[in-house]
Amino acid sequence: MATEIPQSRQNLDPQISLYYQTRAAHHAVVTNDWLAQAQAAVGHHPEDAVSENSSLKSAGGEESGNGFSVVNEFNNWRKQPDLAEAVAAIRALASVIRSSQATTMMELEIELKKASDSLKSWDTTSISLTAGCDLFMRYVTRTSALEYEDFNSAKSRLLERAERFGEISYKARKIIAMLSQDFIFDGCTILVHGFSRVVLEVLRTAAQNRKLFRVFCTEGRPDRTGLRLSNELAKLDVPVKLLIDSAVAYSMDEVDMVFVGADGVVESGGIINMMGTYQIALVAKSMNKPVYVAAESYKFARLYPLDQKDMVPALHPIDFGVPLPSKVEVEMSARDYTPPQYLTLLFTDLGILSPSVVSDELIQLYL
Amino acid sequence: MDPRRVPRTVSDPKVRQVGFFAPPDRTQSGPPAPTSSSPPVSEISPSGNSLSPVMIPPPRNLSSDISRHFPPAPISPLRGGRGAADSSIPVGSYNPSEFISPTATADFSEDAVSPGWSRKGNSAKFASSLPTGGIGMAAVKQNNVPASGLATVSTVRMPKAVTEKGGATGEVQMEQQPGDSKISKEKTTKAERRALQEAQRAAKAAAKSGGSKTQAAASGVNSINANTGKVPKVTPSKKDSSSVAASEKRGGDRQPDKDRKKDVPHPRMQFDDENRVEKAKRRSVVKQTEARSRVELFRHLPQYEHGTRLPDLESRFFQLDPIHPAVYKVGVRYLAGDISGGNARCIAMLQAFQESIRDYSTPPEKSLIRDLTTKINSYVSFLIECRPLSISMGNAIRFLKTRINKLALNLSESEAKASILLDIDRFINEKIILADKVIVKHAVTKIRDGDVLLTYGSSSAVEMILLHAHELGKQFRVVIVDSRPKLEGQMLLRRLVGQGISCTYTHLNAVSYVMHEVTRVLLGASSVLSNGTVYSRVGTASVAMVAHQFRVPVLICCEAYKFHERVQLDSICSNELGDPDAIARVSGRTEINYLEGWTNSENLQLLNLIYDATPSDYVSMIITDYGMIPPTSVPVIVREYQREHLWI
Repeated sequence: MATEIPQSRQNLDPQISLYYQTRAAHHAVVTNDWLAQAQAAVGHHPEDAVSENSSLKSAGGEESGNGFSVVNEFNNWRKQPDLAEAVAAIRALASVIRSSQATTMMELEIELKKASDSLKSWDTTSISLTAGCDLFMRYVTRTSALEYEDFNSAKSRLLERAERFGEISYKARKIIAMLSQDFIFDGCTILVHGFSRVVLEVLRTAAQNRKLFRVFCTEGRPDRTGLRLSNELAKLDVPVKLLIDSAVAYSMDEVDMVFVGADGVVESGGIINMMGTYQIALVAKSMNKPVYVAAESYKFARLYPLDQKDMVPALHPIDFGVPLPSKVEVEMSARDYTPPQYLTLLFTDLGILSPSVVSDELIQLYL
Repeated sequence: MDPRRVPRTVSDPKVRQVGFFAPPDRTQSGPPAPTSSSPPVSEISPSGNSLSPVMIPPPRNLSSDISRHFPPAPISPLRGGRGAADSSIPVGSYNPSEFISPTATADFSEDAVSPGWSRKGNSAKFASSLPTGGIGMAAVKQNNVPASGLATVSTVRMPKAVTEKGGATGEVQMEQQPGDSKISKEKTTKAERRALQEAQRAAKAAAKSGGSKTQAAASGVNSINANTGKVPKVTPSKKDSSSVAASEKRGGDRQPDKDRKKDVPHPRMQFDDENRVEKAKRRSVVKQTEARSRVELFRHLPQYEHGTRLPDLESRFFQLDPIHPAVYKVGVRYLAGDISGGNARCIAMLQAFQESIRDYSTPPEKSLIRDLTTKINSYVSFLIECRPLSISMGNAIRFLKTRINKLALNLSESEAKASILLDIDRFINEKIILADKVIVKHAVTKIRDGDVLLTYGSSSAVEMILLHAHELGKQFRVVIVDSRPKLEGQMLLRRLVGQGISCTYTHLNAVSYVMHEVTRVLLGASSVLSNGTVYSRVGTASVAMVAHQFRVPVLICCEAYKFHERVQLDSICSNELGDPDAIARVSGRTEINYLEGWTNSENLQLLNLIYDATPSDYVSMIITDYGMIPPTSVPVIVREYQREHLWI
């Protein structure tokens, strides 16, 4: 699968992260209605990316030779803001198995690998996509069913595992929400950063369980995702207070705990998340406030950054509202790395874990 | 050891009495309690495993001398005992009077399955006699101590034939002392039985000669001695399996001991235990003289006069029947310091074993598995005499023994030998050579252009990484930090500069000066322990600490076969002592001779440590053939290794 990613054609810069752009498109201040309309108008979606992807689709289709394209399936993601990218990828890969016409195990595995690679290459900056695909491959192929003589039973076993993995990933959010209820007590103040659907689910569940708490939302420049989150929370009747990003340290005294999501959880136990998370974690740690991370287990990636610059750069354009002189450089990175010593606990669908467990899980899966 | 630290007594896990209880009947010459680490409170209570540590012993009606000098304050038995008994500095059990006594100060090591009991008994008796009539003697003895380590052996004889008789019958006597409850712990009942046998044997021997052989229960270690006829193993507890196998060969009296041995980790030999050192010396193949002036804190580690072993060993090359010449050669090279570095030593040892297995033929009427295991044990003991085993070597030996044990019984001799040889080859290939390749592959992804990499000493893995990164065309420069007395960094420097890498060379004292411009620190390791502690060349911990302070990431490069399930909290409890003269001399500068004659000074001791322990907080990442893992994941790897029998 050597198709050069269309990103180079649609992005200003090969490093600008499609992932973050898409998320901004989803979670920037936009109403639900607009989105619903957009979903209805799928066929006439004005963005270039679709046409790029359609060429990608057809290319993928030709290569797999059976008219099925994994990227087709995957593109559902762009139309469902509620579905996590990795889950969509996992389901797409599961459907590859289902619709595969391979007759030997080897062929099937090769097909899977190709599909997985094509998905990963769609956006190289998205950690959860890469991690999800890799974990899917490991999980699914790590079965003795592959030794079976009968190809069909082996294939059905693979499919079974794939669908189970898809189910687990899809339900992960609910499980995490359930597990984290104990940590939210009445009268607590929670600081939230970035728009994480998992964290939203947690808070939604807590509100439904009639817990009394209030939330501090950071604005989340430049995407201003915080505004959207505060919108959602207001709908749940949860008292929300908006903070500009610089006001975090100022308000940290009143905060009882910090809740963030994660774009990816790395092997050291640290997380990669929206820009600003590291800052908040530092402040929280120095003031002895716990930092809880809500992350599904398919986000465990085999990366090990040693410092902030040790990752694949993911840039996104920042609009300051005023024109800047050309000589002025702008730090456009969309994410940062929070080392594990600043995190208290990880809430995952595998349970509530300490950061050092990530590596243990990965070792067991990859061994 | 710290005198304030109360030695942990280990109770026999199967029998445990809590609360006050009447001491067992003394009249029987029951198993003397050769429990280890029994506080020498002089309780000397031979009541083996009957004492619970929580108990406060009732006032004893000890024999007069003892009770006078050892107040029944069990809280800090050491201090109480010592303080009362010694006229010299109460430095825990290291005070000279203790040293002189035939009893060793084995109390500090919980796992030193030494007849601490009986020893203490003797010491108590002896010490108690000090004030009464032996102050002069004590003083004399103390003078004797620094003179020569060997002399201490003879001074033992001095105090009195009684004492050794006392030693011989020590156990018996102690039992006669009523009431001393106290500790207990009887580490192993096997040790008790052994002690009993030894006592009886010694009683006979003592009756014949006045040898200064205070047997006192040899304890598990000596069982190996008796078995192999070699020096007791200094190896860490991982040799447990070997001792189990070895003990299988002993007579039936060992049978029950075998089970016990499986429960309790095999203790390492503690060299501050006079009797056992004595015994070890007598059985050793290599004759070595003990170093004369030794640092108190490290008395539990072996230290010998450097250079005394080599000539003797060389001259006996043709007489050493039981040792295969290849193994002998390797041992001599260890001794001379020709081979150093965990991987090199391990590979050399395994290749020597391969040679010996090739030439091996099963004697008639013997099973190949058992006999071969015995032979390997004897080779290992020999190698230990030359130089204490590194952890990588220990793991390799354990692997080898497991493979030998797993040989199918129906294989012919040549098939079995071929299989073992193949296994060793695979081990070397997969666990060392290929592992190094994988490590290099992972590590070069962490080196970016413009990096300044700091390394300490000379590690084979780090060297490979740097060379490979240079081949890939990455632009970086290297800072090599070195330290006396080994100055290993110079070899690395030569090789790197020879390949065209730009290097800076400095010594350890400048590491904080140079650290501010460093971007990554790459270190090697002799082993990584279960709590993430890195056990490596001395000085590594300092470098890692300074790097941590400067927020420079520290990368440890270590093959997974070097991981060990042991946990070590400091660099003292297990280490290796090198030649102190190496510190006193500066090569090439004969005019720096301030430390000449340091052995004559009583106030001066030189300490040349070989290893140190770096806490896991200073380590950012460990690069192994399993990938890059945080230090908290080391126990997972150790567990996976054992569970999936990844030892091939």
